[in-house]
Amino acid sequence: MLSFLLRRLLLLLPVLLLVSIISFFLFYLSPGDPAEVLLTGPQGPPDLKAVEEFRAREGFNDPAPVMYVRWLSKVVRGDLGYSFTSGEKVSDAVFSSFLPTLRLSLISLFISLLISIPMGILSAVRRGSAIDGLGLSLSLLGVSVPNFWLAYLLIILFALRLDILPVAGYGDGGDIEHMILPALTLGISAAAVTGRMMRTSMLEVMEQDYIVAARARGLTERSVVLRHALRNALLPVVTMVGLNFTYLLNGSAVVETVFAWPGIGSLMTRSIYCRDYPVILGCMLFLSLLTISLNLLTDVCYRYCNPRLIHETGS
Amino acid sequence: MKQGVDLGFKLAMLTIACLLFLAVSATWIAPHDPEKAQPQLRLKDPSYEYPLGTDHLGRCIFSRIVFGIRISLFIGIAVVLFSSLIGMVLGVAAGYFGGVVDETIMRVVDAFLSFPSIFLALAVIGFLGSGIANLMLSLILVDWTGYARLVRSSVLSLKGKEFLEAAKSLGASDLYIMSRHILPNILPSLLVMATLSVGYVILGAASLSFLGLGVQPPTPEWGAMMNDARPFLRTHPLVMIFPGIAITTVVLAFNLLGEGIRVRLDPKFRAENGYGYEN
Repeated sequence: MLSFLLRRLLLLLPVLLLVSIISFFLFYLSPGDPAEVLLTGPQGPPDLKAVEEFRAREGFNDPAPVMYVRWLSKVVRGDLGYSFTSGEKVSDAVFSSFLPTLRLSLISLFISLLISIPMGILSAVRRGSAIDGLGLSLSLLGVSVPNFWLAYLLIILFALRLDILPVAGYGDGGDIEHMILPALTLGISAAAVTGRMMRTSMLEVMEQDYIVAARARGLTERSVVLRHALRNALLPVVTMVGLNFTYLLNGSAVVETVFAWPGIGSLMTRSIYCRDYPVILGCMLFLSLLTISLNLLTDVCYRYCNPRLIHETGS
Repeated sequence: MKQGVDLGFKLAMLTIACLLFLAVSATWIAPHDPEKAQPQLRLKDPSYEYPLGTDHLGRCIFSRIVFGIRISLFIGIAVVLFSSLIGMVLGVAAGYFGGVVDETIMRVVDAFLSFPSIFLALAVIGFLGSGIANLMLSLILVDWTGYARLVRSSVLSLKGKEFLEAAKSLGASDLYIMSRHILPNILPSLLVMATLSVGYVILGAASLSFLGLGVQPPTPEWGAMMNDARPFLRTHPLVMIFPGIAITTVVLAFNLLGEGIRVRLDPKFRAENGYGYEN
């Protein structure tokens, strides 16, 4: 296990380096002069001397590799620079917006499992039945519906017609009332994916010998499904939670904007509107680091829960 | 189940055929100019003259949706063509040559996969600017990695097969083996993935346009139309609802088509799902 972990971590080094190069390269390619954009106020175009001074101070005049190395050496020390618009430290802005996203994602994850696990079990146990057909159709519909549209449908129904939930906002530090609709939106989208995974996994398990053996011992179907099959079928689904989380993060980019939820998705879009390059760069790096860690965690979990894998690969 | 997929496949084919027809003949089918603003007719309810009503600038929503098919299909298909081509070339190279080539290509793939896809697309647009060209570039950068991975693993599974050894011992060049022997074998799974991702690319394009970062007004695009409808949600929810139905229909059609092709072409999937081999 330790050698596996070490090898995986070692493999990550070139990936991290490439991630930083891609991010920096995109930043470097951006057209227009951030100095000019920034210093343009309501009073008109900025003073040329001020632009020049800003460029020199921020080091925008150096060649790309020099800028990259200087930037990278700051990044590895955790210094992501300052926001162009608010002057806030980028690392602070990213962290403080990640907390609301994390809250939302965890609740959505819970909702998605609450929907998808029973749906997957039912579909698999009643394979080929009308219920299975309905489950598959719903999950197909779920992955085809744009999540921001689903968000508006929920808003129209629950906030505008029934008037029982707020339209948008963070409320009192992200209270439950304000969280229900965005979490439901993200949860339903994710459930469509997880439900299918649960069904496949359950189908695979139900064909195993130990299920036949359990049935042969005369156990009730209920006990066979819930006590014998489910435990094993849940394994791949639970280990995929990390992957699910990235799926939720993706959804949050747009859904947070719809619900004015002050998370990292909103931060990203807001920064794009006002060309706050350091914040965009910071979000990118933070999210990639998060994804990489989640993938690593998924791999480790998977190996830990599946001792068979270790024997098969012989390490 | 099997009948369900078959029915879905047929429905999807029919839907996509209709969409293609509408896209080609939009000029004749749309009753109005999709970009013509008529302030005196703003936010009208559906009527005979305006089947789906008008938007906040008095433009015919039905005409805008019909013209929106063009742009969505164009983006979806063009992005998938480009990214599958890139992914295929790099994937075949990685799988076939192995070693340093493989390591380099796959680490780049890993790096691109390290960004949550929509955030990568957002960042590309954030740095390079909005508009249809950058929108497509951002979606290609997100999409190509899947093909590269799929193609590479298919190539690896073919490696060492007798027919490749035979071709090699007959003196076939690498390029010949890759294009004549390997490619035909990986095309079916590539086709399935490409079809499914047309739907996802359309979804991604709509999301980015909804955020105001993709297709720019006044071009009729469904995501952008929904963005326009936001201020009028309380009084005119239909303006928001119609473009969403259009997006869902198209994405659903491509998903069903992809599933249908998978059932027909992918032998592994056939075997696992009890369709059996026909030959």
